This record gives sequence, structure tokens and C-alpha cells, in this order.
Amino acid sequence: MAQRDGTTRRMSFGQATVDAMRSAMREDDRVVVLGEDISWGGNFGQFRGLLDEFGPDRVIDMPISEAIIMAVGVGAAVTGLRPVASMSFVEFTLGAMDEIVNQAAKFRYMFGGQVSVPLVLRASDGVLRSSAGQHSSSLEGLFTHLPGLKVVAPSNPADARGLLRAAIADDDPVVYLENKRITAKRGPVPAGDHVVPLGSAAVRRTGADLTIVTYSVMTLHAEKACARLAEMGIDAELIELRSLVPLDLDTVLSSVVRTGRVVVAHEAWEFGGFGAEVVAAITGQAFDRLRAAPVRVGAAQAPIPFSPPLERAVVPGEDEIVAAAREVMGLC
Amino acid sequence: MSLTETMSPGLALGIHQAMVRIRLFESRVEELFKAGELPGFVHTYIGQEAIAAGVCAALNRDDYITSTHRGHGHAIAKGMELGPIMAELYGKATGACRGRGGSMHVADFSVGMLGANGIVAGGLGIAAGAALSARYRGTGQVAVGFFGDGGINKGTFHEALNFAATHRLGVVFVCENNQYAQFTSRLRTTSVEDLSVRAAAYGIPGVTVDGNDPAATYRQTLEAVARAREGVGPTLLNMETYRFGGHYVGDAEVYRASAEVQARREEDPILRWERTLTDEGLMTAGAGDAVWAEAGEEVSAAVSFAEESPYPEGGTALENVFTRVR
Repeated sequence: MAQRDGTTRRMSFGQATVDAMRSAMREDDRVVVLGEDISWGGNFGQFRGLLDEFGPDRVIDMPISEAIIMAVGVGAAVTGLRPVASMSFVEFTLGAMDEIVNQAAKFRYMFGGQVSVPLVLRASDGVLRSSAGQHSSSLEGLFTHLPGLKVVAPSNPADARGLLRAAIADDDPVVYLENKRITAKRGPVPAGDHVVPLGSAAVRRTGADLTIVTYSVMTLHAEKACARLAEMGIDAELIELRSLVPLDLDTVLSSVVRTGRVVVAHEAWEFGGFGAEVVAAITGQAFDRLRAAPVRVGAAQAPIPFSPPLERAVVPGEDEIVAAAREVMGLC
Repeated sequence: MSLTETMSPGLALGIHQAMVRIRLFESRVEELFKAGELPGFVHTYIGQEAIAAGVCAALNRDDYITSTHRGHGHAIAKGMELGPIMAELYGKATGACRGRGGSMHVADFSVGMLGANGIVAGGLGIAAGAALSARYRGTGQVAVGFFGDGGINKGTFHEALNFAATHRLGVVFVCENNQYAQFTSRLRTTSVEDLSVRAAAYGIPGVTVDGNDPAATYRQTLEAVARAREGVGPTLLNMETYRFGGHYVGDAEVYRASAEVQARREEDPILRWERTLTDEGLMTAGAGDAVWAEAGEEVSAAVSFAEESPYPEGGTALENVFTRVR
């Protein structure tokens, strides 16, 4: 599967997550996996091969009963295991919202710190080729709103591996969001046991004119948008958050105070989305350094439609980022 | 069957003591709440003592329980000290959860009490997870998931039974059937009258138990725990009881006749157990009185401990949201 050239290996995002799972499970026998269809590798191959290596005591096929997947995860996590729970589509987590919101996120605090909940919830999100209303959402805003949950959303195989490894090693519940459109995308992953700490953003491109803050699949659109903006003579700095909670605001602010202009982009709905939090934090802490009102890019306020032209109309991409960048530059 | 064939005299007296401690603790909580001494709201366990006391007598200290919004009795029976529970109800820094949880979230993981839970049937899947973990770790521990006749209609009840039965997990599902789900008689909202029949859908034993008889709650739990520990699988125990108080302290109880409550109060499980112990020659009247007096002093000490304890500092409010921030 992976090709090796000594310092990096080339693999898909999905393969990178399997690689992280394998390292974590080899290192620590408290790590177990709970999910639907995982004996068969999972919906997107995110668990392929784990059953063969680790057996059914550690790779546990769960019924399509999301509440029990999460509740068993919580019960196992507070009694000595480090479960990774899988829900395939992020919309399915809604069937486990009590367990996520009222149990996993609150146990440590509500019980006065006597217990930790080392649990990772993996879920695939985002738009992929007309998956329609119930299989296309980006729901990170639901999770980032909740004290007690950490939330990460990588966009490339290296971070996919590094962040999953860090999430499993973390003692708190972590929601690990993997966008469906990038699961098959390939890229280099550093050799060895590559780890990316939670709460560290990455500067993908340095630039002087404006700062684009984004994460997950939108990073790929933003990279293309930056290239187009460069052709127009606009020098954009691109920051990929990678981790939404904890949020690396320092990296964002240190860029914004230089550029004075900000675009925040995500595939989730713009209204009430995580971008609003980022913009509010920037406005609150660097207001006097801003040279233009920040602009958000997100999905229009409608369920994701099925028909391809409608889907394109609701979901933002490269064009919308370019337009937003021109707007903060005062060019339109 | 003579009582001593079921349990030792020491155990029978121990169950009595646990029931009395729960009763006096809860009676005091009711008074304190009505006097405005306790913040929030409280759900008392009065009338149901034979269940917590009998069930927990069949468990080891390191076995797990998950509890409900009506959880003080479970906490006491599982071995938590009264002082930290009472201090938690006061919201004090010395509370079992340092004042972060209150009545509905009393927990002590060191005695296997994995938390009272304000979400109906919220603990059942967690109990299944604890049992899965215990089996994986090879510790022999079992888990009891307490819930009520309201919880039996939650999806999580069905999901938990299916999962635990499929994997033959060491869980005992204990339904404390106190006849009312919040304000509504279970008979108006539930498809079956005998709740134990729901076990059949999951291929596990379901037993209806006299939940006001500690000999019965203990014996049936002991059998279920044996199945659980041996890896045979889970059991559903439908323990019939009656909630003497309202859903919460202060509930106007418009939904049931006071004559019904009065009649059930006359079948007080503690007095009934005392009669049994006396008839069996296990307890004299004087010894019974001493148990009440001792428990009363213990509750008073818990109240003093709570009252004298400091509130948590406001500056500590953000501690323990996370184990570590990054």
C-alpha cells in the first residue's frame, strides 16, 4: 500500500488513518475499535486490515445503534480502555447526541475531575457527489460548541495520521472529522511514528496581503484560490487550523496583525458556523489591526441539495474564496 | 424458605443498616431542601431502599454500577461515605464531585459508582461498556445498570440489551419499577404490564422481583451476577416497588391519589424487613433502634460536614473541563 522513499511514505488519507490506528493499537493494548462495518474495513476503508491483525476482541462490529456505540465507548473509556468509536457519516452521530453531549463531554467536569474520558469519535463529513441532505453535512459547529470535547479536521494524509495518533493518545474525548472527498487523496506522510499535536495550526503559504483561515476540505480549495489570487497580484497567507478545539489562535493572530485582512472559509453552513467564532476572536483581539471587515465563506443556509447544480449553488469552493479575498482587498 | 438459607445473619443486618441509612439520609435531604438549604432540585429514594441495599449486597466493591437521577440510595449502598454525598448536594468543595455535579451527578469511581445520571436510561449503555472493558481486561468485574419504568421505553434500553446480549456481557439491568415515570403511570405509556417480558426480545432471562423484599432483590441479583461473572450473559430484573415521594421534592403529586400513596406507605419495606429479622430471631427491637440512632448520628455528621465545608472558589470553575488543554 504505502511506497517508501526513506523519509516519507506516500499513501491516501484513509490509509494514513489506518496506519495511525495500527501504531496506536500496537503500542497500547487498551486501544479498541467500535464501529459499524469495521470488520470489512469501514465505509471508506478507514479500518482496513485491523481485524486481521488485532482480532475481534479489539475490533468490534457494532450494531447500527449509534447511542450504544458511543455509550459503550464512554463506559469502556472510564474503566480503563481507550476506545475509538466510528460512525461512518457524521449525521449518524446525531443518534448518539445524548452520549456525546451529556455523557462523554461532561463526565470529567461533572464528576469533579475524578475520571477522564479517553475516547475518539471518528466520523466522515462533507459533500461528496450528490449524497444529499442526510449524508453531506459538516457538523463541526455542533461539537465545537460543547465544553469538554476536542475537535480536529485534517485535510491531508500526513495530518490525518498525525492528528489521529495524537487524538488516541489524548485523555479527553476527541471528535475526529474526516471529509469524504479527501479520504482517497494521496500524499506524503513522514516516515516513522508521525504525530501532530492537537491545537497546532499550520501556515500553508506565507503572504502579505490577506490571511485565509480554513480547515478540512476547504484547505484544498483555498490552496487553488491562493494560486489564482497570486496571478491577480494578491499575496495571500493560508492558515490551516487542523484543530478547532483547542484552537491555535496565536498562529491566526500573528498572521492577521501583519495582513490586516481576513477570510475564514469552511464547507459547513456559514450562519452560526465555526467561522463566526474565529472572526469574533480575531475582531475581539486584533480589531485595531484590521484594515477591512473580515469575510466568511460557508455553505448557504439550506440543507445540502441532491441535484448537482443545486449542490454547487449551496456549497462553497475555490471561486467563493477568491471572491471573498477580492472583497476584503476592496476589489469588488 | 428460611431467611438464613438465603443469606447470613450478618448480611441480613447489613442490608437493614444500609436501608436505614438511605432512609434517614433522604429524609434529611427532603427537610433540608424544603428549608431552602440545598440548591437545585432533588429526587429522593424513599420507599425503594430494598433495591439498592439488596442489589449492592450482591456486588463486590470493585464491581460497577451506573445510576439514575434518583441516585443517592445507590451511592450509599455501593459504599460512598455520607459526608461527601451530602456536601455534593450542598454544592460544596468537599463534595464527591467537588460541587460540580450535585444531586443528579453524584459519583465515586473508587467504589465503582460510575455516576448518577440525569438522563433517563443514560447509564445502561455505559454499564455495558464497563462490562465490555472488564471482560477485555480480564478482571471478573460485573456491572449493574439501574434504571426506572420510564427508562424501559427509551431507545437506549433496547440498544443496551441487544448489545449486551449479543456479546454475553456481564451486565445486570435492574429496573426499579416504582410505577411512575415522572408524573405518569407506567400503565398509560408502556405496551406491556410485566416489564420483565421485554427480556425475551433479546434472548435473555427477565425476572419480576418483589422490589420491596431485600431477600428477593438480593437473591435474584446474586443469580444474575453469577451469570454475568461466568460470561453467560446479562439479565433483566424488573423490581416492583413504589416511590413514596413525588418525582422530586416539592412535586404537588396531582397525578395520584393520596390514599394510594398512604396504602403503599403502610407496606414500608424497612418495617417489613425489620419484622422479618425479628421473626427470624436475627434482631431484637433494641438492636433495631440502635441502628436507627447510629444512622441518624451519621447523617447529622454528614450535614455538619457539608455545612462547615467551604464552597468552591469561583476561580476554580474552569478546572477539569479537559484533562489537559493541549
